[in-house]
Amino acid sequence: MAATAFSASKFTQSFSLNSTRSVDRPPLFPASHPLKTTPSSFLGSTRKLSLSSPSSSTSRRRRRRPSRSPAVVAVSEVVKEKKSKSNVSLSNPLITNEEGLELYEDMVLGRSFEDMCAQMYYRGKMFGFVHLYNGQEAVSTGFIKLLKQEDCVVSTYRDHVHALSKGVPARAVMSELFGKTTGCCRGQGGSMHMFSKEHNLLGGFAFIGEGIPVATGAAFTSKYRREVLKEADCDHVTLAFFGDGTCNNGQFFECLNMAALWKLPIVFVVENNLWAIGMSHLRATSDPEIWKKGPAFGMPGVHVDGMDVLKVREVAKEAIGRARRGEGPTLVECETYRFRGHSLADPDELRDPAEKARYASRDPISALKKYMFENNLASEAELKAIDKKIDELVEDAVEFADESPLPARSQLLENVFADPRGFGIGPDGRYRCEDPKFTEGTAQV
Amino acid sequence: MSAILRKIIAPGGIPAWGIRVIASRTYSSSAGGKEMTVRDALNSALDEEMSADPSVLLMGEEVGEYQGAYKVSKGLLDKYGPKRVIDTPITEAGFTGMAVGAAYHGLRPVVEFMTFNFSMQAIDHIINSAAKSNYMSSGQISVPIVFRGPNGAAAGVGAQHSQCYAAWYASCPGLKVLVPYNSEDARGLLKAAIRDPDPVVFLENELLYGESFPISAEALDSSFCLPIGKAKIEREGKDVTIVAFSKMVGYALQAAEILAKEGVSAEVINLRSIRPLDRATINTSVRKTNRLVTVEEGFPQHGVGAEICASIVEESFEYLDAPVERITGADVPMPYAANLERMAVPQVEDIVRAAKRTCYRSVPVAVNA
Repeated sequence: MAATAFSASKFTQSFSLNSTRSVDRPPLFPASHPLKTTPSSFLGSTRKLSLSSPSSSTSRRRRRRPSRSPAVVAVSEVVKEKKSKSNVSLSNPLITNEEGLELYEDMVLGRSFEDMCAQMYYRGKMFGFVHLYNGQEAVSTGFIKLLKQEDCVVSTYRDHVHALSKGVPARAVMSELFGKTTGCCRGQGGSMHMFSKEHNLLGGFAFIGEGIPVATGAAFTSKYRREVLKEADCDHVTLAFFGDGTCNNGQFFECLNMAALWKLPIVFVVENNLWAIGMSHLRATSDPEIWKKGPAFGMPGVHVDGMDVLKVREVAKEAIGRARRGEGPTLVECETYRFRGHSLADPDELRDPAEKARYASRDPISALKKYMFENNLASEAELKAIDKKIDELVEDAVEFADESPLPARSQLLENVFADPRGFGIGPDGRYRCEDPKFTEGTAQV
Repeated sequence: MSAILRKIIAPGGIPAWGIRVIASRTYSSSAGGKEMTVRDALNSALDEEMSADPSVLLMGEEVGEYQGAYKVSKGLLDKYGPKRVIDTPITEAGFTGMAVGAAYHGLRPVVEFMTFNFSMQAIDHIINSAAKSNYMSSGQISVPIVFRGPNGAAAGVGAQHSQCYAAWYASCPGLKVLVPYNSEDARGLLKAAIRDPDPVVFLENELLYGESFPISAEALDSSFCLPIGKAKIEREGKDVTIVAFSKMVGYALQAAEILAKEGVSAEVINLRSIRPLDRATINTSVRKTNRLVTVEEGFPQHGVGAEICASIVEESFEYLDAPVERITGADVPMPYAANLERMAVPQVEDIVRAAKRTCYRSVPVAVNA
């Protein structure tokens, strides 16, 4: 069904670039933005969206497209140019063979891992709140695979796949979910609180919007290190992942303001999957086009098809490059969809099955597979080998987690403080201020 | 929210009640004889810590060009520049979270809240992002951050600017809560807080900023810091223990003077640190005097006094000769009228009366406020 999912032309205005389409023929499948679908297929709201009138003809729809091209100065122009130059994707693939396999492997890892989580949850090995990422893999893979180890990722409670993409071993994540002591946080964090200092994954936050200021702070540190502490090569970028519901939260706007004001090296990635538990994005937001909120604060806002990992990767390259060069933040809205409910406890009754089917046909993994076959980037056998490898990896992770011990009882009271005695008491138990050698004056005032 | 404060502080930058300007700070070689205001003590502590460690930075509203809403950060912008003394927009949740994120990554921010009442807008970050992180990440991510600012009632600022947050923050594991009283406390505790690798909530008091206290040469040394979690016995006594923190220590000392003239010898303990609470010192003192009065400005229910009372009952029950007396602020939002405000906050007479009650001196009315 997704015939030309990765054709370069689809990113912006397909009618101008794809000359084979006649004006009157409707597109092969609905346009990439939900607002442009025919009004009869509703997006979870019984209210018809006033933007597209019920009797919109295809021509009117196409006419509207130019006006809603992303109001981006930097990113979309560059990408548009690139795309228009390579309007025949077959002759100029966007990725190499190795990159393609890497992306494929990462997405399959995310998908298999999450499917295994669901199984384990229903078997009682995992408990509490578990939020799965199926369907959104393109966003995580598209962005995080472009980062260095020192770059930071801050996420929400839907953070398993962000952790995996950033490099946290599957075994560590699975053990953490089982609540075992070999988990990445020794079982003390859980599904919603994945932290890894080594891989610079700064969490895992349960409150939506809570991670955005923390990500802004990490970006602030990067800039501070470069400018005040004079670590000249510190160009670390931070990515903040959050959802459509978060974009109505005050902290989001506060951070857009500060990031643009101080030109912080951060990319705000909105994973707009249209649903906040059971609340449709369209019911909750006065202006549903989130990318527009970027220019209001003085930063570029981009909208990208989040079911297409290559498009996400192109936009990500540009946004991360901007941040690394010190040009400031970018707001990227990725239109994506979660195939499962909000969490494993969510019966997911409010979403229209037709909508789910539509997005299932745009599965990012199948789409990448198709692209790679069409462009002769990989053979069937290679991809099957990767599938097998990932299956074994995930099985191994489950076995490892199963066999790992539960935390010891003494772990309950550990790690509340980094220094439980407090600074004023030295390691020998005596007060530092009473040690005559201590008051030797370290500050030049 | 800061509109009321702006009215009090004239555009010229000099608050209505005046500030004591210390033109030059001379370090005298002889001990004693020097006095320092709490404001200058805090300023000097910040100055020294920022000078010693380049990863310490100060951020908050009006800390830079305005020289600090209460002039605590006076002169720091000129010395350290706008990249280390950062004037933020009015976004408590945003900049507190940002500071926590910076602390995750190795910087040592000092976040100033114009008053701790505004910290309620950022309390999610103080508790969920800062206090709980070391535990949730199992020791991987420590948060060396300090949240400081004036706490408790000032003079006539109304209900939304007068709440005391000691009890709220002290109930949360993962935070250290410090409450300095005099200049030595202010210097020593702030320096310890900045160097501490954990989140510290540093509750100052606006009315104490301008008060001058004697300060020793050791306290003026740039490495001076006080231990966190140890209370100080400000005045020794043998009849009744009065436990207080922040401004109430001053009131307790005055009450002790009055009681001494009537033959009651009061021991005054300056808590200095509410979390961790120095239960050992309080219990030892109560076992000596057998009577306890706790004094605090905050609301009575679930307050600091309640925790101290529980601790005494659990550990020194047989030593008590009289029920523990709790003196707290009135159980109402702070009124504005001056006479009502005076009734809503503990006064010296309340402390004297309570101490006498524990000593079975006859007092006709047991005041509830």
